[in-house]
Amino acid sequence: MKDQNFAGPIREKLKGVSRRDFMKFCGVMAVSMGLPFGAGTQIAEAITNPKRRPPVIWLHGQECTGCTESLLRTSHPSLEHLILDLISLDYHETLNAGAGHQAEAALENSVKENAGKFIMVVEGSVPIKDGGIYCMIGGRPFADIVKETAAKAAAVIAIGSCASWGGVQSSAPNPTGATGVPEFLKGTTVVSIPGCPPNAYNFLSTVLYFLTFKKLPALDELGRPKFAYGRLIHENCERRPHFDAGRFAEQFGDEGHRQGYCLYKLGCKGPMTHANCPSILFCDVGSGAWPVGTGHPCFGCTEEGIGFTIPLHTEADIEIVTPAAEHAPIQTKRGAGISAGSAALVGGIAGVAIGAGAVVAKRLGDKNKGE
Amino acid sequence: MKIKRRDFLKGLAGSAVLAMAPPAIASSSEKNRLPDALGILYDSTLCVGCQVCMVACKRANNMPLEFYGPQKRWDNPVDLSSKTLNIIKVYENGTPKEKDREIDGYAFVKRHCMHCVDPACVSACPASAMTKDTKTGIVSYNKNACIGCRYCQVACPFNIPKFEWDNPFPKIVKCQLCSHLLAKGQIPACSNECPTGASLFGPVADLVKEAERRQNMTAGKYYEFPVSEISSTKKQVHKAKKYIPKIYGENDGGGTQVLMLAGVSFDKLGLPMLPDRSYTAIAENIQHTLYKGMILPIVAFGGLIFLVKRAEKKKKE
Repeated sequence: MKDQNFAGPIREKLKGVSRRDFMKFCGVMAVSMGLPFGAGTQIAEAITNPKRRPPVIWLHGQECTGCTESLLRTSHPSLEHLILDLISLDYHETLNAGAGHQAEAALENSVKENAGKFIMVVEGSVPIKDGGIYCMIGGRPFADIVKETAAKAAAVIAIGSCASWGGVQSSAPNPTGATGVPEFLKGTTVVSIPGCPPNAYNFLSTVLYFLTFKKLPALDELGRPKFAYGRLIHENCERRPHFDAGRFAEQFGDEGHRQGYCLYKLGCKGPMTHANCPSILFCDVGSGAWPVGTGHPCFGCTEEGIGFTIPLHTEADIEIVTPAAEHAPIQTKRGAGISAGSAALVGGIAGVAIGAGAVVAKRLGDKNKGE
Repeated sequence: MKIKRRDFLKGLAGSAVLAMAPPAIASSSEKNRLPDALGILYDSTLCVGCQVCMVACKRANNMPLEFYGPQKRWDNPVDLSSKTLNIIKVYENGTPKEKDREIDGYAFVKRHCMHCVDPACVSACPASAMTKDTKTGIVSYNKNACIGCRYCQVACPFNIPKFEWDNPFPKIVKCQLCSHLLAKGQIPACSNECPTGASLFGPVADLVKEAERRQNMTAGKYYEFPVSEISSTKKQVHKAKKYIPKIYGENDGGGTQVLMLAGVSFDKLGLPMLPDRSYTAIAENIQHTLYKGMILPIVAFGGLIFLVKRAEKKKKE
């Protein structure tokens, strides 16, 4: 039976995961990438019939490991299925079983063995000031490791805001010269998955897309996958109706805040930040599990020049046309009429002009007399 | 003193030479609708005030946002301006409870260029920067011909052309019926996005028929209304409101290619009450009569010369 043939290898691969759950996962992944639901089957095939699990090398630079932490909390697939069954995670400083020289040797071997085949993921920014001495791994500057590894990688993914554009440590005065991977590896196509932390499913979807279709998903001009970063948070926000109706929380804990009103006045950067947070949510716990859902304004972590740059409670600029909650009246009164001050000023100028005119006329008369 | 017959004739001949402008052809006849004219039928009773047409207009024409007042949250122009080509305005009276009712009611109106049959801006423009398309009748603006005199602003009875006061190289800004989209086979953005069919694009001849059909509807009954485009197969069923018995723009100001239907009187919606004869026709008629065959100017000019000559003679004597 076809079904059994198909289910067999899956069961082998994903011990303890039912076929139903697995197909559900593939379908969800396909949908989150904006692919037709049928692409789930293709994804399933790519996962179950690889010639070899695709090797992944995960480098850590200047970062807080938040991206990895958020990846640890995914449930479909769970991280253990991802790294033990779907990909071959050859090097990851947080998840390595080995340590020290043993780990570094694993990295070296994998790069040598899988040259041109492995996916390189960078978490954290690259410090380039003073020869890169602000981030050393195994006695070598992180910058050198990134450059060497990237040269042999099939694809480079920058996960998190630090790797995408420098993150918090690149804010002025940027003492270590923290640089994002796309800028550091200029000329190489780098997929950026910005966010602090980014949604793990955006990362997983990108990896699975690459495994399935052997190419990178459509990227925007900043190298972000369009399926995840194509729209503004403002466009899909669950509090948008409150914005449109002019209902705003004025301060934390006030009546409007408790009622779930729009957080724009508290400094929400949703109107200028591209990300799919409101549609995909975090942590698989249901509705409301994202910053704005919990009552905190978006601070624009996925957007360079907004997150860690514009103060948290500064009102955002509106990027796209949003019609007003109210309509223009048929007739609009403009100006406030003539104020006493402006009348006095105009009167004074007129008086001076008349006086000057009189003086000139008188002088002219005198001149004529003199002649 | 007495003027010699010879001097008088000499003066007359001189004035005729001076005024050798080509004699204007007096055309007092009013202009008629072009057979292939394009326009929009705006039905105030169908408009829900969602303002998506304003958003679509800004996007299609690449216009900047406009903020009125200190809040910079919504694009909220209060009138047409150099940044806003299309606006939805609201009429409100008393406690505005019911739509399309004059007392204690409210109604929407969409304002943009009416694309007059006989446009005053085109007539007033000394540089032919304002032109009316000979086929579609769309009134458009050519920034390269414009000399910035703003006569069009003064001439327009609908107060449509706007001037970029804040631009060192200013232009006149007005709706051009999305000519750039029409060229690509699309329709004006406002009508394209209108969800209810309140803003309906099509050939004016068909729009007039559609407006007449709506005028004959029984209020309270359900009818089909085309959406976006008159030829559209997409139709929506609405309950017909009570229309006031007038198609604005059918004859007003000599007729316009943008027609309007409403449930409240049009002067309440801020539309000017214009005579059926266009101001252009009236003004051009006076001008063309005065200059007909250059007879009146020649007579007037000759008279002036006569007076000057006489005065000079008097002084010499």
